Amino acid sequence: MPSRRVSLAWVGLVPFLLFGLAFLIYPASTILARSFIDKDGGLTLANVFAVFEPSLLDAYGASLQISIVTAIGGAIMGSLLAWAVSMGGLPHSVRSVVVTVSSVAANFGGIPLAFAFITLLGRTGALTKFLTVLGVDLYGLGFSIYSLQGLMLAYLYFQFPLMVLIMLPAFDGLKREWREATASLGGNVVDYWRHVGLPILLPSFLGSTVLLFGNAFGAYATAEALTGSRVDIITRVISRQIRGDVLYNPGLSYALALGMVVILVAAISIYSLLQRRASRWRQ
Amino acid sequence: MSSKNNPITYWVAVAIVTICALYLIVPLLTQFDFSLRMKRDVLSLDAYVSVFTTKPNAVDPPKFYTSLLFSAGMAVLTIAFSLLVIVPTTFWVNYRLPKFKPVMDLFSVMPFAIPGIVLAFGYLRTYTSPPLALTNTDAGTAFLLVGGYTVGVMPYVYRSVDTGLRAIDIRTLTEAARSLGAGWATVIWKVIMPNLRAAVISASLITFAVAVGEYTLANFLFPDERAFGSYIAAIGRNRIFEPAALTIISYLLVWACVLAVQRIGRGSTQTQTAVIR
Repeated sequence: MPSRRVSLAWVGLVPFLLFGLAFLIYPASTILARSFIDKDGGLTLANVFAVFEPSLLDAYGASLQISIVTAIGGAIMGSLLAWAVSMGGLPHSVRSVVVTVSSVAANFGGIPLAFAFITLLGRTGALTKFLTVLGVDLYGLGFSIYSLQGLMLAYLYFQFPLMVLIMLPAFDGLKREWREATASLGGNVVDYWRHVGLPILLPSFLGSTVLLFGNAFGAYATAEALTGSRVDIITRVISRQIRGDVLYNPGLSYALALGMVVILVAAISIYSLLQRRASRWRQ
Repeated sequence: MSSKNNPITYWVAVAIVTICALYLIVPLLTQFDFSLRMKRDVLSLDAYVSVFTTKPNAVDPPKFYTSLLFSAGMAVLTIAFSLLVIVPTTFWVNYRLPKFKPVMDLFSVMPFAIPGIVLAFGYLRTYTSPPLALTNTDAGTAFLLVGGYTVGVMPYVYRSVDTGLRAIDIRTLTEAARSLGAGWATVIWKVIMPNLRAAVISASLITFAVAVGEYTLANFLFPDERAFGSYIAAIGRNRIFEPAALTIISYLLVWACVLAVQRIGRGSTQTQTAVIR
């Protein structure tokens, strides 16, 4: 009897497996398979090699650049904010407001975010005009919100709040006893952070940074509305390819999508690895 | 806190919070101000009135309502579908198949590897031709959209439900219900679900907030721009003040959902985000 019970237990997973197959595995494996198939149905590596064409590499480069910069910038900013509300001695109400606003900002994005930054920092934006009054001509200095740098500023709006939400529990997890133990061994604040605090936080910090990287790397809507055709990131190249075969090579578009997935899978693997290290210090 | 006595720590913290708060609040304030400037030289709600009343033609109702209704409908279907797929499975894995746990964990991070644009691309290339030509009908396309959203929110929903399940004694509850003659559907619906109330409501609200304004999948699966996200994008191309009003409306929508989640999950430090970018 027990063996029959176990085999029946697997039946309970069928709906979920069907869902995963239909909406995740099958479309993903289609992309994977067709990346290696040529127009006549034969196996080929030509599509994968075609990705290494300068204009496409530039698009990947721009995506990587924006993701790395906003991941690191967002991680630092978010960690500082998490530290400030966790250990800065601020009233508890500040902390709950920061958590609420961060949750909203981390879930806010897409098209409206682009609108908000155009109103703020567009050529006639509120901040642009304000700075002109102060004698700083942003656009004269070469800045533009419709550029890779502008896009980074907009991405930071959802990147660092996400970091706050992830890092706050990590800061809260730093135990008082560790600080006291450091002190009783004759260590000062610097020793504490150098030998205890930062090493414990490091895996969480790095893991979260990788998560932010992925968060930015797959983003499309904000870039579409903010920079449009002015900045070619890889998600925009894929979007044009969906609308019509602008690369005149359907196989290449699969390889482009596959490239994104490969980069993100690598990121997630690093993330999971670091996450496992980070959880060592949590009960 | 010992740091309370340290004025340097305190003022550094104040400075950091102030700078970050400005970054998050100033873009919204300027956008709000801009949304009130449609009428020359005075503050007015004209941009909002325009959003609420502009009709695409003589017969149809304003696009604001039709697109919002469409996306809200998709969001509600996503909530139902994701709960239907994820709650029973997560319960079953915790209750009977702990061996399957690592596979579920793997599944729950996989969506991070497949962003919205790649998902849209994959669906359009997989489900537009026979034998699985789902995009030929509205219902089929809507099914794809709901499935895609479910993939997008799965990491968040799974984590919420899993955490909720681990906080209760599912074994005792389930065996008590079973011994009283309850079927599995009754166990999940009448015993497990009520105990997961907070997790389920939070997951639903975040799902709603994310799905209602989603642009990428909606716009590619429904190129006729009937989704709320597509409508907002179209307004952005054609109007000046209305996009500002829509930004504020979208923000308030997310805000309302997040506040409700925090009301329900008081004290929970769980990350409240389920982004589909």
